[in-house]
Amino acid sequence: MKITIGATVTEAGSSVRNKTGGWRNMRPVTDLAKCKRCGICIIVCPDAVISMKTREEGPKTDYDYCKGCGICANECPFKAIEMQQEER
Amino acid sequence: MAMKMVLRGNMATAYAAKLARVEVIPAYPITPSTLFPEKISEFVANGELKCQFIKCESEHSAMSACIGASATGARVATATSSQGLALMHEVVFIAAGLRLPIVMAIGNRALSAPINIWCDHQDTIAERDSGWLQFYAEKNQETLDLMLMAFKICEDHRVLLPGMVGMDAFVLTHTMECVDIPEQEEVDRFLPPYKPVYKLDVNNPMTFGAFSSPDNYMEFRYAVHMAMESAVKVIDEVFEEFEKKFGRNYQRVVPFMVEDAEVILVTIGSMTGTAREAVRLLRSKGKKVGLLKITTLRPFPKDLLKKYLKDAKVVVVLERNISLGFGGAVYPEIAAVFANAARRPKIYDFIIGLGGRDIVVEDIVKVYEIAMDALKAKKAEMVEWIGVRKDEIEVIK
Amino acid sequence: MYEIRFHGRGGQGAVTAANALAVAAAMEGMYVQAFPVFGVERRGAPVAAFVRIDEKEIDIRSQIYNPDIVVVLDMTLLGAVNVTAGLKKGGILIFNTKKKPGEFSYPDFKVATVDATEIAVRNGLGTQTNPIVNTAILGAYARAVGNVKLESIIEAVKQESPVKKDENAKAVKDAFENTVKGW
Repeated sequence: MKITIGATVTEAGSSVRNKTGGWRNMRPVTDLAKCKRCGICIIVCPDAVISMKTREEGPKTDYDYCKGCGICANECPFKAIEMQQEER
Repeated sequence: MAMKMVLRGNMATAYAAKLARVEVIPAYPITPSTLFPEKISEFVANGELKCQFIKCESEHSAMSACIGASATGARVATATSSQGLALMHEVVFIAAGLRLPIVMAIGNRALSAPINIWCDHQDTIAERDSGWLQFYAEKNQETLDLMLMAFKICEDHRVLLPGMVGMDAFVLTHTMECVDIPEQEEVDRFLPPYKPVYKLDVNNPMTFGAFSSPDNYMEFRYAVHMAMESAVKVIDEVFEEFEKKFGRNYQRVVPFMVEDAEVILVTIGSMTGTAREAVRLLRSKGKKVGLLKITTLRPFPKDLLKKYLKDAKVVVVLERNISLGFGGAVYPEIAAVFANAARRPKIYDFIIGLGGRDIVVEDIVKVYEIAMDALKAKKAEMVEWIGVRKDEIEVIK
Repeated sequence: MYEIRFHGRGGQGAVTAANALAVAAAMEGMYVQAFPVFGVERRGAPVAAFVRIDEKEIDIRSQIYNPDIVVVLDMTLLGAVNVTAGLKKGGILIFNTKKKPGEFSYPDFKVATVDATEIAVRNGLGTQTNPIVNTAILGAYARAVGNVKLESIIEAVKQESPVKKDENAKAVKDAFENTVKGW
């Protein structure tokens, strides 16, 4: 690691290299048949790792950064998200 | 042609900030430094200084604003004293760790309690380990010159650390004396605009104030320590260049009549002049006495202290501070210079002039006599308080 | 080196007088120091201010205990403060009073007097009850001591006065002409 002057991080967005998905014990799995595309999971995700490009595709969770907190599953009005044990 | 003015020390530092074309000055007024923001706001209101003057709600905020402003690459200055500096304490360390060359004028004032607005060095001594360079002025000309040089030294890429310029409360801050104000063009040639290595810039985003784990914190601290070490060379270079350009000589440690001296007094700040008078008086009586003035306490001038003090029989440290439960703060550092030396002088410590108690020539002569008696009695160590009325102190048994 | 002590009451301008004297001496190429009794300023309370003037750079930084000259702006202080404390034998005492030097008994000192109050009021500086005498008294200083020229003091007073520059300058001149030396 480079010890910069004043511990300055000299490039923007370098935290993407820190894949926090490795912290996850429980994995949120969305049942797209139950999902009504309301987008609440996208809003409530504290790590902003859920996105939806098209209605057809539905919400997608970026498992590189999802820490498995379960807020999305808890908040889903249609019980479309299930927390499953992570297997590694 | 330089202009000669009769100025208070506070005013002289305000003129230095103006000549340095400081771009941001966040400040919160406190006696005896109040005249600095007062004069700066006058300069800004008159259009004499193009600068963002930020009136903050506390010293902690003032230093925080200094840090933010300095991180954008601006030249930044402020001033404070005593409790104000103590309130800044947390952010003072951050300024150094972030390597921001902020320059701060300090009206050196005692710390509470009991509340006292007068001179001693306790406030800056308490920030000794913060990573700030520390300069101490003996007279008002030095407050201006050291402030100007502090920008150049602190902003040097080999240093990149903040710096404090201490001047004694009232004895300098409120005393009018002759000060040469250099020409703006000369100062501009001496002190070009600050060029930051990294700066906050929306077009080139960076992170300042990042987290550091046990895995690399020591490396960052070592880097600050190395910067402090390189500051020694930079200070000497800048002092030399300043003398060439402005004709006034500065040294990290200033000797006076030390060549054949058996006893050498070590002083900081305005007491030096009075001590010089005392040395002249003692010399006229055939006493072999000399004087060393410490101008830069950080980085600590180990090399020069060793050079000037090694042949003395006694070193007498005069301190306007007290590390309670030990003695003066400078005394152990000077002792450490000789810790592993085969031959070393006796080093005695004197606490004097706390809370603005006046220091007169007779006090210094008395210090000399006590030190000579201690030498005759072969005393190994001594921390002596000068002029304290011990019999008046309430003792509960 | 000359050491001078000014006595006045908070708000009367003793500190400003000390500063103006220092500026005047500096104009003549002298080294100077001017400082108040360090502390908390209170209107009406007795205050003192000090000046050092020397041909060479001034090293000493202690307060002044043995002045060569004492200047008293307000005679009511004589009951409250020992204005001659530490004054050197043969030193000069300058009083703002209608009395003449012969009416005082200070065998060890030289006394000079001037009615700075009347001069200040005549020049529109303050009122009869609250006259601003700090500039006029410097005219008396120039006359009684003579180590700083009248012209320099006038120039310094003009520089240091925020308002009524000409009136203050005139007061200095009037006081210079009306000072009575008791020696």
